[in-house]
Parts: sequence; C-alpha cells; structure tokens
Amino acid sequence: MPEKVLMKGNEALAEAAIQAGCRFFFGYPITPQTELAAYMSKRMPKVDGTYLQAESEVAAINMVLGASAAGARVMTSSSSPGVSLKSEGISYIAGSDLPAVIINVQRGGPGLGGIQPAQSDYWQATKGGGHGDYHMMVFAPSTVQEMVDLVSDAFDLGDKYRMPAMILADGMLGQMMEPVALPESEGKALPEKEWAANGHQNKREHHIINSLYLQPQKLEEKIRERYERYHVIEEKEQRAECYRTEDADLVLVAYGASSRIARSAVNKAREMGLKVGLIRPITLWPFPTKAIAKAAKTAKAFLAVEMSMGQMVDDVKLAVQCSVPVHFYGRTGGIIPTPGEVLEQIEKILGGDR
Amino acid sequence: MGIVFEKPKAITDVPMHYCPGCTHGIIHRLVAEAIDELGVEGRAVGVASVGCSVMSYDYFGCDMVQAPHGRAPAVATGLKRAIPENVVFTYQGDGDLAAIGTAETVHAATRGENITVIFVNNAIYGMTGGQMAPTSLPGQVTQTTPYGRDIKTAGYPIRVCEMLATLDGVALAQRVTVDSVRHIAEAKKAIKKAFQNQLEGRGYSIVEVLSTCPTNWGLSPVEALDWLRSNMMPYYPLGVYKDVTKEEV
Repeated sequence: MPEKVLMKGNEALAEAAIQAGCRFFFGYPITPQTELAAYMSKRMPKVDGTYLQAESEVAAINMVLGASAAGARVMTSSSSPGVSLKSEGISYIAGSDLPAVIINVQRGGPGLGGIQPAQSDYWQATKGGGHGDYHMMVFAPSTVQEMVDLVSDAFDLGDKYRMPAMILADGMLGQMMEPVALPESEGKALPEKEWAANGHQNKREHHIINSLYLQPQKLEEKIRERYERYHVIEEKEQRAECYRTEDADLVLVAYGASSRIARSAVNKAREMGLKVGLIRPITLWPFPTKAIAKAAKTAKAFLAVEMSMGQMVDDVKLAVQCSVPVHFYGRTGGIIPTPGEVLEQIEKILGGDR
Repeated sequence: MGIVFEKPKAITDVPMHYCPGCTHGIIHRLVAEAIDELGVEGRAVGVASVGCSVMSYDYFGCDMVQAPHGRAPAVATGLKRAIPENVVFTYQGDGDLAAIGTAETVHAATRGENITVIFVNNAIYGMTGGQMAPTSLPGQVTQTTPYGRDIKTAGYPIRVCEMLATLDGVALAQRVTVDSVRHIAEAKKAIKKAFQNQLEGRGYSIVEVLSTCPTNWGLSPVEALDWLRSNMMPYYPLGVYKDVTKEEV
C-alpha cells in the first residue's frame, strides 16, 4: 500500500499523469488549473519529459495532436474558456482517431464567466463542443484520489479505443487538498502504437493521420466504424457509484463536486428517516444509463443536482424514459449549493410522499 | 540507354489534383528531391495544411499528418518534440501560414522549433475559389476584392520572410520562386538547406516559394508566370533574409 500524501487536486492530476507514463504536456495559463501546469513545468524536466507553454490553447491542443500522432502519451489542461478554444483541436483529434487526455478544471461561464467552480461545461464535454459526429470519453472524479485513479484510466482507455478522453473536474476539486495514494506505476509498459506517424524507416507503407474524406461515402463509412467503437464503449465502460439506492424513493444524481454535497444531503435525509439515495456518474460519456434505468424500476422520483442551470438532467431524463418524474436543482456562476439547500429540495419532493 | 529522368522516390504514384500550370507540382518535386538526396524519407514526417495542398499527404511518400487550418506549426512542434530524431516539415499556403496560422507560425519560429517550413505564396486562397489572401497585392482583383484590394479597407500584404527574419529563433528565411530553370535550381538549393539545417539542429527554417494560381488569377499558365514576375517579384523580392550559417562565417 503506497504511503498517502496530502496533495492539491490540480497537482495530483499532474503527478498521476506522469505516473501513467505521460511525458508530453502542452498548456496555456488559465485559472483555476494554474497549479497543474506549474507542477508539470517543475516535474517534466526531472523525468526527461517535455513541458511546453504554447502561445494559445489552440496551439496547445494541436501540439497534443502532433505528439499523439507520433505515438506519444500526451496531455493538456485548461479551464472552461480555454476548452472552448481547444474544441477545434479535439474534433480533429477525434476525427483522426488519436488518443489524448484533456483536463477541464471547470469555472463559471459563458464567456469569460468567473473563476469559481462550476459544472456548466457538461454539454460541451459530452455532446461535442467541437463540430461533427464524435464523442470523447468523459470522466468525473469527485475526490483527489479519484482524480489520480481516473487519469490513468483515461490514458489507457483512450489508447485502447483510439479517442480523446477528458477529465471533467472543477475549480473546487482542483483547488482542494486531500490525502492521496499515488500508484506505483512508473516505468510500466505502454501499448504499442502501430498506426503512429513516426517515420516508416523504408519498412512499411506510409502512415497518414487524417480527418479529411472528400467522398461522402468514405466519410460516412469512417464515422460508422467509429460509432461501432462508441457502442462498445457505451456497453462496456459505463461507471457509476450507487449510494444507499437499494430502497430509495428518491434518487439524487450528481457528479464531481456537487455529488459531495448531494451525499451529505442524502445522509441528513436518511437521519430524518427519508428514503433517499445517490447515483454518482463516474463516466459522463458513456453516461451510466444502466444504473439509472435500474434505479428507475423502484424509485418514485429522481433529483439531478448540478452546478449549472441543468445540463446532465437531460441525460437523466433520457435514461429514466418518463417512467418517474425527474426534478432538478442547481446553482451556477460559481456558487456551490449547500447540503441544506439540497435537503430542502428533497423534503419538497418527498413532502407529500413520506 | 540509361535512365535520364525519374520521379523522386519520396513522391507517390497517386495522381495529383493540382490545376494545369499550378507550380505546386514543381515545389512538391523539389521537396521530394531534397528528401531523397538527404536520404531521410524513412524518418520524415510531413504536416499537410488546409488549402490546395491539403492532399499532399497522399503525394509525399513519407508519413504524413494533416493539421487543422493554420495549426501546422503547432502540430509539427508536437511531432518534433515527441520524435526529435525524425525530420519534420510543414507544407503551408499563404492563407494558412500568414492569416489563420500567424500566431502558430510566429511562435514556432521564435521558439526556434527545429522544423522545416515550405511556404507556398500564390497571393490568393486557391482551394476555396480565389478569395483575398494576406499576401494578395494592393489592387489585386480577387473574388472578395472585386474592385481590387483597397489598402484603405483591407490593409497591406504581409512580407513573411522579412517579418520572421527579425526573430532570433529563425535559422533560415529565404524567398525563392519557380518561374524559370535558374530560379528552380535556386529554390531546390534553399529547400535542401532548410532540411539540412534541421539535421544539424539549427532551428526553424522557412523557404517561401512565390507560386502561381492560373485558375484563380484567371490567366493562362504562361501569363501567370509573367504576372508573377511583373507583380509579385517586385513586392516580394527574392533573397536570403536570414541565414545563421552565413552569420557563423
């Protein structure tokens, strides 16, 4: 069992990436992910890695594209407005079947928004953001330890399915300190990337890393092939934590920072004798529809709790398929809801149904 | 009888899509000849940019990556940092390099990224049908400057080599053209040097090639070469704007 150390979320994400074998980081300064890049600039030279501060988020994500095309394990990090700028590159990375890890330490939006924690980039992360038919895997950690664990999974699954993966964190998780056990995985063998554009050495056909298909039939064929992979992912890679849901009349659904608050509210409600549980999506794409559909068989209602005006709630509704009511409670713009506020909603919903 | 003329090995057998009279074909050949002569095809990785030359990924025999519009220098940076022993080059047009990708170009240059940049300047957006480019000349008629480029509203063309020559990270900034046998020979020398610089770790090397676009200029191939000589060459003088190998002497 590795020794636990106290780490800030942003720094833990960075160290976890290094432990996962990432040796290339391209970034651009933005609050509240600042410590991540700073940590990388300090650590990468010590492990013969590359830290490069790009001239923009646009350039940084395209450096990621280049390094990934060469077969390297590579990462970039940013926060909401910066991720908007990276979205072009993410679409190209997805369209070129390249793996890469993108971290979004979310802050309030739209526009320059604010610098306090928010979860209002859910749609951007799970429904596109960039143009075209594509997905990336989206992981939503709720503790610093989980940030560490999911970074490694994001790299491995990105390589496995040849697609970008995002860690959707927020300013609260990025800035908070918690004890973490770092995996002792340094030096583990990374998968061979036979498709890489790293010089054919006159031994094979030339590799072309490309997202352009001028013949519509070819483009459709390519996208359909990609969607077959997406379907496998939706089948095999859904992850969620179910907390006190077995007998729950009301099931809260919350991820990341808001799931911590929802959990406190569930505990308080249980003390009051209310049958309340929590489903915490760990993957946002693929969305854990199976866990929610299962809970919908016995629950009388759902309550999505988000730090947004209501984005994930759409996916909850799709998973519940109108079988029971789906309620929503959210704060946005950098406001973190209190457990008391959430409890009030729980009482309101269960008011006539104790 | 021996073979006296051959296709460079670093060019594939795929039919090219370029218009008759376009000088992309000559420039592709010069790049491929340089790669052949330096014996680096096996470790070369090219970056195709958005524009007429986007499908150069099919024409060069080395590994190729297609970059988003303007981002070729950033993609090349990622490649070169990840595989420094490889030879990384970009092949970019004027819209790509000097408009949408200006920031990526300037910063790759000032970082002294050890890459080779082939910059094809034909003073127009060819692929999209002939719009004003950052290098379109004052008064030049294009689809989006139907009354001629008015410098009062559209500003002035960018002289890329002159601008980049001010940056410390640049090893070579040279403007050439391919309108005549003599100029083609000079262009070849410059392109080879830009690759040689990379092999010697000298940093960012750019060769700007003044090129024609008969289709969108509305001229015959021969007239286009005349137009290049009488209009482009006076505004964009050929020459070496920076060469660190000369400074070393």
